[in-house]
Order: sequence, then C-alpha cells, then structure tokens
Amino acid sequence: MKKLIFGLILIAIIFGTIITKNPTTAKSLELLNVSYDPTRELYKDYNNEFAKYWQKKTNQNIKIKQSHGGSGKQARAVIDGLQADVVTLALAYDIDAISKQSKLLPANWQSRNLNNSSPYTSTIVFLVRKGNPKKIKDWNDLVKPGVEVITPNPKTSGGARWNYLAAWGYVMNRELKSLNKINNPVYAGEVKKAEAKAKAFVSDLFKHVPVLDTGARGATNTFVQRRIGDVFIAWENEAFLAINELGHDKFEIIVPSVSILAEPPVAVIDKNVNAHGTRKMAEAYVKYLYSTAAQRIIAKHYYRPVYPKFAKAEDMKRFPRVKMFTIDKVFGGWKNAQKKHFDDGGIFDKIYLTRNN
Amino acid sequence: MQSRHIEKGLYPPFIINALITAITLVFLALFLILPLVVIFGEAFREGISIWWGSIVEQEALSALRLTLLVAAIAVPFNLFFGIVASWALAKFDFWGRSFIITLIDLPFAVSPIVSGLIFVLLFGIHGWMGPWLVKNNIQIIFAVPGIVLATMFVTFPFVARELIPLMTEQGSEEEQAALTLGANGWQTFWKITLPNIKWGLLYGVILCNARAMGEFGAVSVVSGHIRGETNTLPLQAEILYNEYNFTAAFAVASLLAFLALITLALKFFVESRINKLETL
Repeated sequence: MKKLIFGLILIAIIFGTIITKNPTTAKSLELLNVSYDPTRELYKDYNNEFAKYWQKKTNQNIKIKQSHGGSGKQARAVIDGLQADVVTLALAYDIDAISKQSKLLPANWQSRNLNNSSPYTSTIVFLVRKGNPKKIKDWNDLVKPGVEVITPNPKTSGGARWNYLAAWGYVMNRELKSLNKINNPVYAGEVKKAEAKAKAFVSDLFKHVPVLDTGARGATNTFVQRRIGDVFIAWENEAFLAINELGHDKFEIIVPSVSILAEPPVAVIDKNVNAHGTRKMAEAYVKYLYSTAAQRIIAKHYYRPVYPKFAKAEDMKRFPRVKMFTIDKVFGGWKNAQKKHFDDGGIFDKIYLTRNN
Repeated sequence: MQSRHIEKGLYPPFIINALITAITLVFLALFLILPLVVIFGEAFREGISIWWGSIVEQEALSALRLTLLVAAIAVPFNLFFGIVASWALAKFDFWGRSFIITLIDLPFAVSPIVSGLIFVLLFGIHGWMGPWLVKNNIQIIFAVPGIVLATMFVTFPFVARELIPLMTEQGSEEEQAALTLGANGWQTFWKITLPNIKWGLLYGVILCNARAMGEFGAVSVVSGHIRGETNTLPLQAEILYNEYNFTAAFAVASLLAFLALITLALKFFVESRINKLETL
C-alpha cells in the first residue's frame, strides 16, 4: 500500500513537470486575437493580410491564432487568464470589464486608437423569410400579434445588447422627434414619458421571443437552420453572411427606419504583450486595421469601414442607407447603458421576469 | 399440467415474441443506427475528396492530435488510479470507505460545465492558485494541461466504478491463499488479482477512452477555443457547424464516430484474443 501511494505521488510529480514544461516555450512569433462570434471570416482574411505585411516589413514569419465566442464570455476568459495579445470584441463595455477587473490594460484604452478604437462599425437590421410574409417593415411591426422574434440573450451576447438598445432608441426617437432633447434638462419630463413608452415596447418585444440563445451565431442558427421565428434581429454583417451562405432565395434583409451605430472596439492587452514580448507586433496589428488593405477586407465582409474611401465602391454599394444614432447620445455611453439596463436587477431583468404576466 | 404452465410462461405466444423483437429492432435502428448513418451520410454528401480535404485541414488535424494526446494521458492515468483505488476500497475495510466510494462518483454527479468551472476557479488568474501560477509563468487553463485535467476529472470514475463491485464480490480469499503459499505482493497481483478483473478493467478502460475523446462541456469551459491549439475534435465540430461549414462539421464528427468504432473493434479483438489464450 505504501509503495503504491509512493508510486502514485511519483507519477503525479513526473506528470506535473511534463505539463508545466509545455506552455513556457518561446511564443515570440505568435499572436493571439480573442474575438467575438461573427468576426470569424473577417479575421481569417485579415490575419493573412497582416502576416504578409509583417513579413515584408520585418522579415519575421508570424502565426496569428484566433479564438471566437460570445463577447461577454470571451472577456470573462481573458479576465480568468486566457493569454490574449489583442482583443477585438463586440462592445466597449466588455473591454472595460477586462480593464476594471484584471488591470490588464489601462482604463483609457479606448482613446489610444482612432474612432474610439473601432476600425469598423456595424448596425442592427432585420432578417426575414423570403417574401416577408409577416410584412415587417419597422420596429413596431415586431410586436404585432403572431410575430415571433429571434434575438440572443442580452446578458451574455454583445450583439443582443445592441439589439435591445436599438429597439429602445427607436421608441425614444419616435416619441421625442429629436434625440437632442435627451440631454437637455428643459425636456426632462418629456424624456421620462418617452422612456416609459420605450420600456413598455421592449417589454412587449421580449414577449415575442420564443428562445433566447447565448450568442449571435447560435441565434442565427436557430432562425436559419431550425427555422424558428419570423424575424431575426441581427448584426448587419451576420444577416448578409446568412444570406450569402444559405441562399438568396430564402431570406431578405429589412432595414428599419432607425437603428443604432454599433462600434465594436479593438485593444492591445498591455500586461499580456509585455509578458509575451509581443507589444510591437500587437500594436501594429491593431493599427494596420485602419490601413487601405484592411479597410477593403472589412468592407468585403460586410462591416462598415471607418474610411469608406479605401474600400471598393462595389462593396460599399451593398450597404443600405440606415439612419443611425449613437449609444452616447441616447444612453450616455456603455457604462450607463450597462448599469441601467443589463446589470443584475436592471431593466432587462425586470421585463424578462415579468414577461409571462 | 404444471410443467406445461411453466413452458407457456417461458415461451410466450408468437405474437408477443415478435412484438418484443420488433420493438427492440426499431429502437436500435432509431437511436443507434440512424444517427450513425446520418453522420456518415452528411460527411460524405459532397464526395470523398471534400471529406478528405476537411480531415487533413490543419485545424482539424491539430484537433485530432490534441484529442488523441488528451486520451493518451488521461486513460492510462485513470487506469492506474482506478486499479489502485478499487483495490484499496474492495479488499480492505476501513472507516470512511463508503464515503470515498461515493466521492469517486462525484464527477458523474456534477454537470460537466461545473467540472470545468472548478478548474477555472482553481487555476484561473483570480483563482486559488492563480497568483502562484502567474509568478512561475505556468499556464494551466486555456491551454493543454487544463484540457487534460478536466478530461481526467470527468473520466476518472469509469475504471473504478467497474472494478469496485467486481473486486468486492470476488473477495480476498484467492489472494490470501496465494500469500500463504509463498507468493509475494507483486506475484499475487499479477497472477491472481489482475486476471480476475481483466474483463471489468477492459470494459472500464474502453468507456473511459470513449468519454475522454468525446467530452465536450468541461473541455469547452477550460479550452479558450484557440484555433489549431486548444480545440479538441468535439469543439472543432461545433465551431465548423457554427460557421455554416456543415460538411466539414460532419466530416470531423465522422472522425469521432470512427474513433469510437475503432475502440469497439479493439475491444472485440482483445476479447477474442484472450478467449483464444484461455482455451489453449
């Protein structure tokens, strides 16, 4: 018995040394980009482009690794120790969370790159079945009797939070006529009434949602593969991708009268790149997203480039014209929006818990 | 009269007999054969060259390598642990024995997601061992060691669970006899204990291996989903499916099914081999 226990401990020690040897091997020429769900195709192309550029510039061969998942889940993984050199997530709040909870990057990360660190933007549109049998044209059509809406869970999905905020903003815009009134104390009473209407609308909207998926890709599959629902509130790029991959004869995109300007940000994770010795490469990787070549790739994958002039004209033509408002204007930035709407005990919790009443 | 009655009970009427057989066959076809057919059908739908292309694709190959590596570490470790633990628990009676037996079942009782989270809480940066790991530059979760640990955790009851009842039932008379006749500890183990448990052991190892290669939940939590590095075959299949790459997803799934079939074939081969040796 003693011998066996001794043997067991010995094996554990041997095994322990084997596994600890593994990850310390030189990682200098590797870069890990931790991203959200719908960017898979975009970064596949961009990584090839950047590797070529870096090879030309420094004569180094590099390997860029990707990880994809729901934006909030990915931020959580980085906080728990996923060794990201660069994060490219769905919304600023998730990178704020990394900064706040793990101090891996400074709080002012968003001002370190152009356009709030967002090299591309997107918006929220509707995907409906071919012929638009339920005649959906705008946000208010989503709450008509008998319409089933697909959107992921705002608690876990970045895209779903944009969806929710877009719906809210639509009502505010409809009620107030001008969104400029929101930050003007003169109209405080009017704004309050509009907010009550917005809350009632969003609450009604979630009564039309039969399943809440955890991420944008899962929700797409629910709508497209499992054929559940009449309308799918989606990232613009995700809607285009679904149509291209699965057939123009099955779905069409509907652009609502007004939607939100979504700015998915990118950031270098300072502490990780210092530890890996990859700072130069990581910073170049983020900066190069604003280059001509990258902006062209961005438009090709249906993200709206911040420099449209760099993109191919034919790619730009595919984007419908959408009237967009920003999260700063209607919600006073991500921190406020998160706290008021999505934190535990926030408005989303309240409307979702009472949705069956 | 009496014997006829018993006969009647033993051989139910033809209709009932046929019905039971039919139900079994339909059940088998629906739940075992049909899924296999669907997997291979979807995988080969666009031709064998597309299938082959999806398999030799770099990320799929790396997922295959990782899956085999994880099984190659987890299965022998659990084999060893299973024998040691069940030997100690079955052949000896001590205080707290039944508590330990219950404890061994823990990985079966908790959800795989929770199993994964346990390791995040232990080895994550903000986990119990996090600061120490960071200081020593050791990466456990979101890397291969974490995947191996999580797999070991969820698969460790298989061997022990098979052996404990078997060894308890066999008791320790034969070992005692061997020892009285002058055999030493190792001889007793190799010549008496091991031959007695080989069937249960083999079965446990096969189940353990199947689960080690197929585990999804716990591995998904600790993997970090780094492409070409920390994705096992089940994770890779999900990723491909989510990328609208259905044929490739089913190709990877067919690979997993194929590995399972190899495991079964191996079991069959070893069984017949052992039978042959015994009859000689």
